[in-house]
Amino acid sequence: MTRRSISRRSALAGGVASGLAAIGGCLSEGGILNGSGGSDGPMIGVLEDRSGEFALNGTAKWQASLLAVEELNADGGVLGEELDVYDPDPQSDNQRYQELTREALNREGVDALWAGYSSATREAIRPIVNEEEQLYFYTTQYEGGVCDRTTFAMGATARQQLGAVIPYMIEEYGPRIYTIAADYNFGQISGDWVRLLADEHDAEVVGEEFILLGETDFGSTINAIQGEDPDFIASMLVGNGHANFYEQRADNELDVPMASSTTMAQGYEHRRLDPPALEDMYVGVNYMEELETDRNAAFVDAFYEQFPDADYLNQEAQNNYFSIHMWAEAVEAAGTFDQETVIAELEDGIEVEAPEGDVELDPETHHMTHHMRIGRADGEHEVTFSDEQYIEPSFLHEVGCNLPDDPEQTQYEPDEFYDEI
Amino acid sequence: MNGYELLNVTFQFLESFAFIVLATVGLAVIFGMMGIINLAHGEFILVGAYATTLSAHQGLPLPVAMLVGVVATTIFGIVLERTIIRRLYGRLLDSMVATFGISLVLVQLTRILFGNSIDQVSTPFGAISYGSYSYSLYRVLLAGAAIATLLVLYILFTRTAFGIRARATIQDEETARSMGVDTDRMYMSTFAIGSALAGLTGALYAPARASPTPEFGSEFLVDAFVAVVVGGPSVLVGTPLAGGFLGLIEAFFTFQWTQFIGTVAMLVAAIVMIRLLPDGFSGLVESVRTSWRESE
Repeated sequence: MTRRSISRRSALAGGVASGLAAIGGCLSEGGILNGSGGSDGPMIGVLEDRSGEFALNGTAKWQASLLAVEELNADGGVLGEELDVYDPDPQSDNQRYQELTREALNREGVDALWAGYSSATREAIRPIVNEEEQLYFYTTQYEGGVCDRTTFAMGATARQQLGAVIPYMIEEYGPRIYTIAADYNFGQISGDWVRLLADEHDAEVVGEEFILLGETDFGSTINAIQGEDPDFIASMLVGNGHANFYEQRADNELDVPMASSTTMAQGYEHRRLDPPALEDMYVGVNYMEELETDRNAAFVDAFYEQFPDADYLNQEAQNNYFSIHMWAEAVEAAGTFDQETVIAELEDGIEVEAPEGDVELDPETHHMTHHMRIGRADGEHEVTFSDEQYIEPSFLHEVGCNLPDDPEQTQYEPDEFYDEI
Repeated sequence: MNGYELLNVTFQFLESFAFIVLATVGLAVIFGMMGIINLAHGEFILVGAYATTLSAHQGLPLPVAMLVGVVATTIFGIVLERTIIRRLYGRLLDSMVATFGISLVLVQLTRILFGNSIDQVSTPFGAISYGSYSYSLYRVLLAGAAIATLLVLYILFTRTAFGIRARATIQDEETARSMGVDTDRMYMSTFAIGSALAGLTGALYAPARASPTPEFGSEFLVDAFVAVVVGGPSVLVGTPLAGGFLGLIEAFFTFQWTQFIGTVAMLVAAIVMIRLLPDGFSGLVESVRTSWRESE
């Protein structure tokens, strides 16, 4: 069954409608009426989804960004100036992302940009970011491999996440893996990483299915998994539609354990779905709201004090939060908002006190070394953490990415470097 | 294909069939009987799903909560008909723009009122197990619900005085009125039935989905519009044939390859169907009937 969602716009084939919607969007969200045209102070762009397929993931990213800006401003601003935010809602729509990115760069002239949940979005706007040589922070956990002189990838990569959770699962449950992943660049490349990690640990991928974004029917997928009877499922499902897999897994009484890089820490499925849908889900994360440290408790309190109605404080929200503080530190150290100077400052190496723990920027690759944990949900959806490791973004080092010496703008993929895939 | 796999593909077919029929039937009644293309159809389903889920969270047993969902959507439909839709009868394009607008407002209003998602109600009944496989019993039973819905509609529109008046109104409003039929009330009632059916779909699928979101209705739209076109103007003939045909194609290709291929196959089949049968299945049935009559 075709549980894809179509936007009403395409349903109406409405050039007119989308034009009107775009104008409406401008009027209500920022630009023409209450834009920052009057302010000459520093400004950052925060483009995060608050509606559409990724609203559940993006809303907290937006909120945590505003919290970071609020804290900076309460503390005297950045370089003594109050920080402004350009933050219209891109509505999980890549075309709208491209339009808004141009707005942010060309009209608003933002000093730094945080934008996008999915890898498809990142790749849709990166050409614009590259063209303008814009300092850009992408904060979602992702497949890895982006080696780009003005882009800083703040999330953990597949190598860091799957590298933590897949070997653990092979050890714990056995070597037969069944991969299900979203059918776009993120899911496909993550699937390659699972194969590679399986090969490194003498395990085997016995089945693989790539599933369209927005799909909500998993009856045949579950039957196919039952036919193979794997030791565990590697799930890189993405977005709200795919959450139905977990619901239907419980409904079908399929009790194969699952490993993931995408679940719980982003779309808080363990809070939204009735137990035991997520029972025996193991996810490789650098952050979840449930982490029990004093520093995190303070962060969670501050977040819910600012946004009492917020649903969940997810991993990507934390990444937005610490990276805005990190950028502000770099600006203070550089003494200017000039983007080239700030990039040079970041490339000198920088460490921040993030809620997940102290993390360092890796100057060569523009990625972060993260505290990776394995979060497990039990039959009541209580999350516990184990196996904390401090993991470097190693893949880009292996392929020779060294941005201060060789300022390129590419994305490396694992199948170009490993024969095992 | 062994026996268990045959069961797999049968259950997948039943689930496809139920989804297509239930997604379509409310839209088909409003379009087929009234000539209104309701682009807010998905949001009628949304109202049914939210009313069901929220009242189940209030502690109502699931069947009662589903009834609340249907009633709420019906009332919602009547209010909308009285205030907006009734001004748009006979104005196809205007009704599309108006219902499109209603849909945008409803999605955003839902987001403002209830946030990005509400907690789900879990699926009842558990699974049927066979060999190494299992299938959700509730999803299989939905096919029964779809057939029951079609039967009730059949009786309502062919065997009751109300059905005859409603069809008379649709066929020839002037004559119906001169025969003493309150056509205004007929339109309202038909719209209410269409709304109730959409509400029923929302109510039935509320527990079969991960937590409902403001976009809940949009996932029904593709199947609903494709099936209305493939089925043609007659609800009672077109909807089950379209559901059976498209469901069979989707289930077979999904079983043989993957869900993605199944979806592609279903949409390709729909395109071919529209090319060969511009009036859909009900047009085909109608022309077969006519040629029978002529040969007699």
